[in-house]
Amino acid sequence: MSSTSDIDSLIELMARLPGLGPRSARRAVLHLIRKRGQLLTPLAGAMQQVADTARECLNCGNVGTSDICDICDSEKRATGELCIVEDVADLWAMERSQVFRGRYHVLGGTLSALDAVGPEELRIPRLLDRVETEGITEVILALNATVDGMTTAHYIADQLGERVRITSLAQGVPIGGELDYLDDGTISAAMRARKAL
Amino acid sequence: MAPEKPLAVTSLTLSHFRSHKIARIRVDERPVAIFGANGAGKTNILEALSMLSPGRGLRRASASDMARRPDPIGWQLTADVLSGGAAHEIRTWSENGAARQVRIDDKQASQVALGQIVRVLWLIPSMDRLWIEGAEGRRRFLDRAVLSFVPGHAQIVLDYEKAMRERNRLLKDMVRDPHWYMALERQMAEAGALIHRNRRDTLLKLDAAQQDGTTRFPAAALDLTQSEGSMPESVKDLAEAIAESRFRDMAAGRTLVGPHRTDLHAVYAEKGIEAKDCSTGEQKALLVSLILANGRALSRQIGAPPILLLDEIAAHLDADRRAALYDEICALGTQAWMTGTGAELFDELGSRAQHLHVSETTGVSLQDPA
Repeated sequence: MSSTSDIDSLIELMARLPGLGPRSARRAVLHLIRKRGQLLTPLAGAMQQVADTARECLNCGNVGTSDICDICDSEKRATGELCIVEDVADLWAMERSQVFRGRYHVLGGTLSALDAVGPEELRIPRLLDRVETEGITEVILALNATVDGMTTAHYIADQLGERVRITSLAQGVPIGGELDYLDDGTISAAMRARKAL
Repeated sequence: MAPEKPLAVTSLTLSHFRSHKIARIRVDERPVAIFGANGAGKTNILEALSMLSPGRGLRRASASDMARRPDPIGWQLTADVLSGGAAHEIRTWSENGAARQVRIDDKQASQVALGQIVRVLWLIPSMDRLWIEGAEGRRRFLDRAVLSFVPGHAQIVLDYEKAMRERNRLLKDMVRDPHWYMALERQMAEAGALIHRNRRDTLLKLDAAQQDGTTRFPAAALDLTQSEGSMPESVKDLAEAIAESRFRDMAAGRTLVGPHRTDLHAVYAEKGIEAKDCSTGEQKALLVSLILANGRALSRQIGAPPILLLDEIAAHLDADRRAALYDEICALGTQAWMTGTGAELFDELGSRAQHLHVSETTGVSLQDPA
């Protein structure tokens, strides 16, 4: 009875993970139990290890296992470019592309009066400090093209003023995208950002 | 005259939607006359069709309200649509009152994407009081017309309203951070100026279509008015006007400047009488005139008129005007879905339309050709 209850608890916890529901959580747990040696035990160990060591970088908000993350710790990444992202998943996405070699600043969300998220709830004061102290020459706003994302971008740009070069990611036709499937706003943005071949 | 690339629904399936447990309708591109007793579910069919476009449909109901009682497990609508020379399958549904989902050609899609495929306009009995009630209804009517010409208008309006709600919260909370206000006001100005331009362009198109068409319905002279002052046209001017109004807005607890304060003003052109002062029949005729003008203008723009949903359309129209309306609908080549209680209301249409009888038997709606 007790063991069934433990398994139910595990299923319930797994079902709270993004992308999983009760059914997929049951399947995952059953799979883990069947692969106890290859999966369940190492997974439990890895999770305990991460639970013990994972923390937010005090400088940029990235997730790592030390107070200062590898990116902030690396002198090679001190290019003067600072990329602002909404959350760590965005940072990881940028890193996967290997196109940016500067440093990041993770805001931890976007401004939203309706959700009671103001500048103090984000890492905006810390961002302003970093621009002053780390020799930043360019701030790249890599925020989502939503109302909250754009509000946050305008807010930061307004706060930084003329102190530094401010850029944002281009908006337009995605690679492999077909014009016929794009909405008017995206086509309009792509037209405005057109470039010579 | 049939359009070259018609816009039409060729099949519609309602599952657990309003009064319909399951209802399957197969039609061609001709207009559709739906008749049946009160409560048979005629308007529910029109509401289902309205859900093929972005938004909350012709009743502006929540997804949970659309579920069939007493087993509100959710609902689903499936439709085959001809649009722009291509066939599309649209599926939209809601489970347990959750926000509705959309799939187009079996791919997840946004509601806004529906606007690219289905252009739909409607007239329902509650709109009979459109000219005498508050400005919000007239703005909604106008924005529905704009949406038929500019499908992206829906997203612009959503963005504007989202930014305004955020700003209104700052105003209510007496937040005084000018950078936060400026960030929101800039977005409101960008979206607001576009909304205003789209509305103006739409009025010009409707005006031109009213002048061109040979119609027995009265032309309406249309204009945009503001509840106070005038609407700044450019992004810069609108941003400045909203910023200047900040302290007054804080006292009011809401935004007092912008396209959300616009009203659609109409005058019965031939008589020079404001729409709100016209008779009930004349007010209805003005609405019909605008819907038909919208159809003609859109036909000119994209080669096909929109789908029209005309609920209880015979109300307030005498037999002559009714026959004239049917003639104009057929001439326009639009797939108009019309409802009425009696089959005789659609006699003048004859074989130019498809006639559907709707009845409800033990929770299942049946459609039989008349």
